[in-house]
Amino acid sequence: MNIEAAKMFAIAFTMALGAIGPALSIGKIASKAVEALGRNPEAESSIRTAMILGLAFAEAIAIYALVVALILKFT
Amino acid sequence: MPEISIKAETLFYIGSFAVKNSMLLSALVFVFLICVGISYFNDSQKEEKSGLFYTINLMLRTLYDLFSSIVHDKIDVFFPLLSAFFLWILIQNWSGLLPGVGSIMVGHIPLLRGNNADLNATLALAIISVTMIQVYGFQFLGFKVYISKFLNFKDPIYFVLGILEIISEVSKVVSFAFRLFGNIFAGEVLLTIVAFLVPVLASFPFLILEIFVGFVQALVFSMLTSVFLSLAVSQH
Repeated sequence: MNIEAAKMFAIAFTMALGAIGPALSIGKIASKAVEALGRNPEAESSIRTAMILGLAFAEAIAIYALVVALILKFT
Repeated sequence: MPEISIKAETLFYIGSFAVKNSMLLSALVFVFLICVGISYFNDSQKEEKSGLFYTINLMLRTLYDLFSSIVHDKIDVFFPLLSAFFLWILIQNWSGLLPGVGSIMVGHIPLLRGNNADLNATLALAIISVTMIQVYGFQFLGFKVYISKFLNFKDPIYFVLGILEIISEVSKVVSFAFRLFGNIFAGEVLLTIVAFLVPVLASFPFLILEIFVGFVQALVFSMLTSVFLSLAVSQH
């Protein structure tokens, strides 16, 4: 395997492995938020705020992987 | 493939000071915000107020209620900082999506670039945020109480915990800076690639997504700052 191919594999696997954790956690956060909404529909706005905050945290992990992948790709 | 640069590019030099393309857009937004601020102030002095005054008032009122649910009675001290973070990041994010930003070229480099797609800008915001957290911690708890969070020789366990606290403060800067930069820069790359693959109409839903992401990132940055602030100024 030459250097160029190794770099391409590194980019692909950074993104692929980096997206697994956030994907699972985003699913979990959204399902729990919907559960909470079903139990307590009056608290919709505060649940939504907390959910979006949690989603942003989980998404940030994927974004770190994306930044690393972009740095590998474009520098 | 369209050319994508991960760092802001130099447009021209003033003396030895390099003016980057992200700096140019940021300066334009800065002037715009100053103008809005001045007209808001002038309106507040008048009897007959314009629609702009009430729009900004409504926005600030919503922000005030949002932040006061987190920092409670210290809201009057923290509100200027937090709302400035929110509005600055929001307007910067959205101005990066305007038509012409990134597509007007001077030679080989774009004339304008979204400010938060430059790591220097987000790092500056993160450093300001974390520094202000420490300053308010010292101001509200006093020097001795607040420094004992980091340096505590009473007990070996507290000493190790203090070292971990210092590390967590440093990692706050990194996570603030990379979260904002990563989201906004990834959005720009996404829009460029989609516009390259399908030139007509396909980037429209992604633009709406980016408007939402810009809003959420501004909200997350200011909300996190307010949460850390309320943790820093509370007595243990």
